[in-house]
Amino acid sequence: MTDPILFKDIDEPGLRTLEVYRRRGGYDMVSKALAMTRDELVHDLEISGLRGRGGAGFSMGKKASFLPKTTMDKYLVCNADESEPGTFKDRELMTKLPHMLIEGIIIAAHAAGANRAFIYIRGEYQEVADILDAALVEARDAGYLDNLPLVVHRGAGAYICGEETGLLDSLEGKRGNPRLKPPFPANQGLYQGPTLINNVETLMTVPHIVRMGGESYAKIGAANSTGTKVVSVSGNVQRPGNYEIELGIASRELIYGLAGGPPEGREILFWFPGGSSSPVLTKDELDVPYDFDSMAKAGSMIGSGAIIIVDDSNSVVDVALKLASFYRHESCGKCTPCREGTNWTVKVLERIQSGLGTPMDLDIMASVQDRIIGNCLCVLGDSMAMPIGSMIEKFRPQFEEYMESRREVAA
Amino acid sequence: MSIEVRRYEHGSRVPGWDEAADLSKDPAQVPDPATTPVPEDLRAEIEAHMANYPDHRSAAIPALAAVQRRYGWCTPEGIEQAACVMRLTPAYLVAVATFYDMLETRPVARHTIYVCTNISCSLRGADELLAAFKDAGDEQEFNIRGFECLGACDIAPMASVNGVYVGPVTRDEVPEVIAALRQGREVLPDKHLVKRPVADPNAQT
Repeated sequence: MTDPILFKDIDEPGLRTLEVYRRRGGYDMVSKALAMTRDELVHDLEISGLRGRGGAGFSMGKKASFLPKTTMDKYLVCNADESEPGTFKDRELMTKLPHMLIEGIIIAAHAAGANRAFIYIRGEYQEVADILDAALVEARDAGYLDNLPLVVHRGAGAYICGEETGLLDSLEGKRGNPRLKPPFPANQGLYQGPTLINNVETLMTVPHIVRMGGESYAKIGAANSTGTKVVSVSGNVQRPGNYEIELGIASRELIYGLAGGPPEGREILFWFPGGSSSPVLTKDELDVPYDFDSMAKAGSMIGSGAIIIVDDSNSVVDVALKLASFYRHESCGKCTPCREGTNWTVKVLERIQSGLGTPMDLDIMASVQDRIIGNCLCVLGDSMAMPIGSMIEKFRPQFEEYMESRREVAA
Repeated sequence: MSIEVRRYEHGSRVPGWDEAADLSKDPAQVPDPATTPVPEDLRAEIEAHMANYPDHRSAAIPALAAVQRRYGWCTPEGIEQAACVMRLTPAYLVAVATFYDMLETRPVARHTIYVCTNISCSLRGADELLAAFKDAGDEQEFNIRGFECLGACDIAPMASVNGVYVGPVTRDEVPEVIAALRQGREVLPDKHLVKRPVADPNAQT
């Protein structure tokens, strides 16, 4: 394991203040980056291989290069909505390193040619937003934000606002409904202007890439998945929390070595490798390397980097119902497959739970999932369809056994 | 098994479908400043938010949050005042307010307790915790809600008490939380999330 990049001395007292952060070399990269031309900076980001840490894993440098080079108003939006169940890395990073985020935003705004920036933070993170606001005042007084108005915008509790176009609508003061893509935000985003949207962790990595140079950053991690990643491990593990890992380490090492594995005497039933919207993996798939491509090959995804461990004291049906109910609640209702599909999945699962399920229900449920995937404006519906589909596929006997036992109870 | 589904006159299951912000006024009309008194501090707060954005409409959520802070919930009068300052229709702001979970469009109690009941927390007993909270606090005083993932699975099961994240909360601590809120004390001071160090052993040098 290389040294931690983002987590280095993260618990140093007072790191939240400008004074301590600057003493550690904070904001040094701003002048270095601003001295570079936009093309040089974008090129550096591109060869660093940095992929978005919010879920989609798109190359950050490439995304920045898509913004047109005209003089019109351009925007940078930091996606701090983090509402994917199981994810809490951005909260930790923003709580402890607010200035690193501001530094990253200043540099990324230069790369994108943006002249205004926003941090869209979820409304539940009131304490974190207060910390960011305090840091913003310090940074503004120190003159770092003279050419870049930066505003912390608090949301008000909606999972869908973590989706980039839903976030833009919400930031424009509307209901957070996703938009049809294309046009992509890089061409027409906030207030119809070109917009670069990046996750908190992605933006916080940017100053480190400037410091190390894209080429040396690309040496960390695995091929096509460079760098380190903060992974949130939660659920039935002994030491839940955030761990910064080098991409490409074995998932087993992360789950058992760092997070301590499931409680004594318990075994893993299944686990979500990338938040609740990633297809589940079983205990036989613990040796998959934790990086973008290997996870994709195993049929799942890294997503936001949130591992949820479910041990064998739980039933797969209960977890599926919890998951489906969440997506039903959070579906914005714009697209029919998602609005109806999430609702019917919950109804079928409730029927199974009440002892009225039939074996046909599983096939119906699986076909509902198939009809959601790819048929909506955004991936919220897919986020339910993929894990539920994988659960039915991998745990069919458990579903049937559960159904049978419930039927007996009901009778 | 029959599940009772409440239906309203025209068949909608959505409560509040027929409620306008104020039934005596047209919600599709921008309120007249001459007949809509707005408290000075509320106006100043909303205008400060509006100045932050190129398009003042972006301040809709902050303005509604300001209304909620002042009146306890997004009251029809409060929404009308915000609409008057922002030069929007009350109907527009009601549409926004009903979309977001944290904006209350019904009267609620003074203290807010959100208990996260999503996967990671429920694997660690969040549903029992929520039930314990509901038993311990009454509705007049406490707005106790099961909430979607609050992004603090490392301290599961957890609760956001008036915006402060605390956890892990055991069922035995529920009476203490309720008592602390009643007496205006700090809630479980040694369990605040912001004071917690990072779990990663490599981060500590």
